[in-house]
Amino acid sequence: MRSVVLTKGVPDFREGQVSFDEDGHLERGATPTVMNPNDEFALQAALQTKVKHGGDVSVMSMGPPGYENVLEEAMSVYADDLYLLSDREMAAADTWSTSITLSAGIEKIDEEPDLVIAGFKTADGETGQTGPQTAWCLDRPIVTHVISMEIDEEEETLRAKRLVEGDVDEIETVEAPLPAFVVTDPEFSPSYRRAEHRLRHKRLKAETTERVENYEDHLTTWSAEGLDLDPDFIGLDGSPTIVSGVDPIPKAPSEREATMVDPDDAEAMNDVLETMQPLAGGD
Amino acid sequence: MTDDYEHYEAVVVGAGPGGAAAAAVLARNDVETLVLERGVDAGSKNVSGGLIYAEESAPYTVDGLFPDFREQASERPVTDYYLHNVAGDKVKTFDITDLHEHDTAWSDTVLRRKMDSWMAKRVHEMTAETGGGLLTDVRVNGLLRDNGEIVGVTCDELDPITADVVIAADGVNSELARDAGLMDWEEPEEWFQGVKAVIDVPEDVIAERFDVDDDEGVAHLFSGDLFEDVRGGGFLYTNEDSLSIGTVFHLDSLVAEQAEPHELLDSLLTHPLLADWLEGHYDEVEYSAKLVPDSKKVANPSPHRGRLLTVGDAAGQMQAQGPIIKGMNHAVSAGALAGEAFAEAQLRDNTERAGALYERKLKDEGVMGKLRPTGYRVASALGERGPVTSLADSVLTSGVGRLGVKLTGGLLERLYSSPRLSMMVPDTQTPYVTLPTVIAEELGERVDGEADFEPKDLASRIGDLTYDTDVGNPHIELQDTSMEASGAAVYACPVSAEDFGGGCYRAEEVKTNGSEEKRVSLDTQPCVECGTCAVVADTDWEHPRGGKGVEFEQG
Repeated sequence: MRSVVLTKGVPDFREGQVSFDEDGHLERGATPTVMNPNDEFALQAALQTKVKHGGDVSVMSMGPPGYENVLEEAMSVYADDLYLLSDREMAAADTWSTSITLSAGIEKIDEEPDLVIAGFKTADGETGQTGPQTAWCLDRPIVTHVISMEIDEEEETLRAKRLVEGDVDEIETVEAPLPAFVVTDPEFSPSYRRAEHRLRHKRLKAETTERVENYEDHLTTWSAEGLDLDPDFIGLDGSPTIVSGVDPIPKAPSEREATMVDPDDAEAMNDVLETMQPLAGGD
Repeated sequence: MTDDYEHYEAVVVGAGPGGAAAAAVLARNDVETLVLERGVDAGSKNVSGGLIYAEESAPYTVDGLFPDFREQASERPVTDYYLHNVAGDKVKTFDITDLHEHDTAWSDTVLRRKMDSWMAKRVHEMTAETGGGLLTDVRVNGLLRDNGEIVGVTCDELDPITADVVIAADGVNSELARDAGLMDWEEPEEWFQGVKAVIDVPEDVIAERFDVDDDEGVAHLFSGDLFEDVRGGGFLYTNEDSLSIGTVFHLDSLVAEQAEPHELLDSLLTHPLLADWLEGHYDEVEYSAKLVPDSKKVANPSPHRGRLLTVGDAAGQMQAQGPIIKGMNHAVSAGALAGEAFAEAQLRDNTERAGALYERKLKDEGVMGKLRPTGYRVASALGERGPVTSLADSVLTSGVGRLGVKLTGGLLERLYSSPRLSMMVPDTQTPYVTLPTVIAEELGERVDGEADFEPKDLASRIGDLTYDTDVGNPHIELQDTSMEASGAAVYACPVSAEDFGGGCYRAEEVKTNGSEEKRVSLDTQPCVECGTCAVVADTDWEHPRGGKGVEFEQG
């Protein structure tokens, strides 16, 4: 059972890591790049599949050479091997040309994966488009918002529970033929009810922790040429999306006028009451 | 029905010294062994005073099973052992190193998180070779039965598992021993309760104040009127760069005296005797508590039922030999003997015999004889009856008795150091309170000194512990909220106190139909899982789910 997990490097939006300039624009240079947090769940789903059915987990990302660190982070969760699709021609891609590039990468892997798994939308773009578009390029059935899944090897099917949000949240159980494409929900949680599975999980985690020390040895980098991609269909040239401008969301003023009042000062407290009185009506 | 379940030849429940020893011996004999530990890490649920012995006469020792144990998992060897008899600020110190060294190959201080997690790594490596391994975060919650026969275990986190043998090393509050009817939680007389504070002290300060080198350590015991009339005593052990200071009391005495365990610990911490040792270095890093079985009363002479074998605290195998307390060494012996018994039974193709074989080995190897000494049975038959005790007490405190104490001062020290006599000491007030008090009054010298600190209060002790609370799923339920049935928990629980709202147990005024009455209420969040309330209150007591509840960093 082979799985390919797609991941993306995103700015580390955590407090203390992220930097914005005076206009509220993200300072890319001053903000570290990390693995998209939602991709952790995709990796957990792939690891669960490996624990229960064997096979390999490959992790793939498209990005500049600096994205190696993102793949290293993915390997610390779990990966047998890593693929980085990296080329100047791929730069400034929108979700469509990214999907074209990723699907070419997946098709180049020797063995056709039974599962391609992506996390639910990235922390920077937040489009949620790349997964479904890649599934379309690969002509695979797609199951999104997956919170748990099991594979039936004999039947070659995937049975998954999906979290369907609406007026009332519902959990839907669906079945799809393999090979398939899965998008995990941030609510995804792996299930290991057998001791043998937990023991294998423990062993695989120890192995990947050891492997990550020399992750470069497990990394394959492919260029546009290596993927046999026409430069017109990838990167900026292949992107139909035009971003006309980015407006920062106005922030609430962080400084307000404040006057200190001594609660024991009757006169000052009277002033406070007089100021507040007109507002008491709720107008 | 059980055919679909996972099967292992052996399932060991709990990764303390008993479970680790059992698993090591099973693995050595190529028995496919699965070890299930409910903590996030082995040792994260475990507390002990902190002294482990290797007895010369024991069939197994921990360093025999786990080479490098002393170099890597323990703290310091105990090279000096003192007993302080205390009456107010008068203290008479006996050197009982001879008793400590009797039958002792070595003895080290330990902190359980470090010790147990170190052993668990080895256990996992050994058992993985057999097709099994060690899993943390899994709570075994009961026995799996088929037609009334024990065939395996049930867990919170895993589907049921069948096994040819289940070795329950799940500690003093063993749910498996209780499920099998091998233990109960009824009588406070059968238990001790210990509380402990680990104090960070730099290595060079320990060396200077306790006069020890890197490879030396010291144990101090305290008894007398330090704790009013509560039967028990205190201890101080030197670790590499910390001190384990604690108190151990008979649970029935705690209940009878309505004593607050944390206050008894405080009275030890602030005693003048400790002032010089702790001056400027009272940095308490962890407060913990534990229930301790009294093997003289509860060590099960036949600790098995069907495929279930119980070892260590789960079988009541904790020996209080006068001032010397030995638990972990017996758990190691028993665990290893249980593993050995199963391996032999399996070799003879008769795994059903494992329990009986284990029982015989405990007896033949002398383990049971130490846990339930015959001398104690004779002495206690005479000594624990009320009139004899009060007579002994009044003689000791009379002029005649005091004269005797004065005359025999040197003899007393020798008597205290007698391994045979110390095994016979009955559990009355005489040896714990009256005798040490008289000794100190008659022979002791005044110690001056004053603690330069206030001990931490209970709220900060609880606040400094790490918990992963299983919200909405409390592991203890109070069955009877009346003061008569459960009121004792308000003070006996080490993380509760009268007039303290932040603990587990509280007494509350409840108004019903115009009348007011006192009721007991429970919040399990601060629980340290010692099990005291299971004995002194009317509860439905279970362990929290795997990985949940308190997590000790020191233990």
